[in-house]
Amino acid sequence: MAIISTAGLAHTFRTKRGPVEAVRGIDLTVRPGEILGFLGPNGAGKTTTLRMLTTLLPPTGGAATVAGCDLATDPGGVRRATGYVAQSGGVDPQVTVREELVTQGRLYRLTKTQAVERAQELARDLDLAELLDRRTAALSGGQRRRLDIAMGLTHRPQVLFLDEPTTGLDPGSRADLWDLVRRLRDEYGTTVFLTTHYLDEADALADRLVIVDKGVVVTEGTPGALKLEYGGSIDATLQDTFLAITGRGPASADSAPVAV
Amino acid sequence: MLLHDTALIFGRYARQTLRSRFAMLFGVLMPLLYLLFFGPLLTDLPLGSPGNSWQVLVPGLLLQLGLFGAAFAGFTIIIEKNQGIVERMRVTPVSRLALLLGRVLRDAAVFVFQAVLLVLAALAMGLRAPVTGILIGFAFVALLTLSLASLSYALAMKVRTPQEFGPAINAMTMPSMLLSGLMLPMTLAPGWLNVLSHFMPFRYLVDAVRDAYVGSYATAHMLYGVLVALGFSALSVTVGTRVFRKAGA
Repeated sequence: MAIISTAGLAHTFRTKRGPVEAVRGIDLTVRPGEILGFLGPNGAGKTTTLRMLTTLLPPTGGAATVAGCDLATDPGGVRRATGYVAQSGGVDPQVTVREELVTQGRLYRLTKTQAVERAQELARDLDLAELLDRRTAALSGGQRRRLDIAMGLTHRPQVLFLDEPTTGLDPGSRADLWDLVRRLRDEYGTTVFLTTHYLDEADALADRLVIVDKGVVVTEGTPGALKLEYGGSIDATLQDTFLAITGRGPASADSAPVAV
Repeated sequence: MLLHDTALIFGRYARQTLRSRFAMLFGVLMPLLYLLFFGPLLTDLPLGSPGNSWQVLVPGLLLQLGLFGAAFAGFTIIIEKNQGIVERMRVTPVSRLALLLGRVLRDAAVFVFQAVLLVLAALAMGLRAPVTGILIGFAFVALLTLSLASLSYALAMKVRTPQEFGPAINAMTMPSMLLSGLMLPMTLAPGWLNVLSHFMPFRYLVDAVRDAYVGSYATAHMLYGVLVALGFSALSVTVGTRVFRKAGA
């Protein structure tokens, strides 16, 4: 039973210079408890897809269900079941960590007492307890990111969408974040749907990859299977595999004989 | 749910306002300058209206305060959009209408507070008006700011940068102020200007508040003023909610 399934999901932006087909038709399924890496070059339609799956942007074509809720007819259900951490985060720099976490709980309709308790619980879980009374402007990049994720986890969503969660983080913070994502899946069974440009991240973290280009899914599979199929060998780097798939680098034909 | 969510959003932005008390007082500066340095010029002029010059000028300044203040309310949401705060809230189950209402109610509260300060200063300068009339004036400020702030947020959701937003708002507020006779009553105007000013909704508001300030409550001005203010609010909040509801921006 899939927790996310889409069929022909599409979005065309109307602009002054005519229609722009950002997403032409995405078909994918995600299993419960899976960590899915959603990869693709800049402009492939990753963020647009994510914004549709989180109800921020109505699809102009196709259909999707997320956590059993239909995207078009039950956006409220989708919102209750999912968390979304955008590239830009989304906290007010002037507000304290505690206030943001409590407000977020209240936006998810917790009572005041529940929201305060949940804020403390999240702070403990994500190593923010010492920072609760700090304004978010005073956090480091890694701390900021942990707060963004805590905000997305407020209502214990079944599915967490992360849009380029480690962009701009130092290596230590990235490793911490990977551990956090794995822990979410292992302890709470959370399904994680993440986009990234770091292929080492996708390799280390994702159970399965879906690669999109020009608004459609071009291939999917485990990192190993994709390397074997497109990179020519299980030892190929995901970098070369990715370039071979999206046609922006050396073709697989050239690199294949090395492995023979 | 709508009430719960509106109160929540109102609280968030009311706290934001309280964190910058200076900005809250700053908004009252421009009308206060008019009161101090322009008001005294009018005391002996024939303004063609009942009551003394302060009863004519202060209603205009109150609405000017609301007009310029509320029209620029959208600036804050452009910043919040860029920080991702708007989308972060829109992925939660919070009511879309509450996202707008909480903000505009905060704005209305701020401008009514500023209006009170302005009236207190005007009383010191020599304004005398019935208490009921003054309270009616505050009600009009509230309705005007509610409407304009809604429209301002709606426009701000559509534009990407403050650089696009500022000039658009300026282009609308200046003619609105001049054409509605906020500084001097339009009854002084030549026929064509007087006719033109009737196409400005704020003209009806200021006429109504001027009547209220001289204690005449059951007038045609008051009726039109109330109808225009309520109609404009209903229209503006509808437009605002539609923009907040649709993904847009």
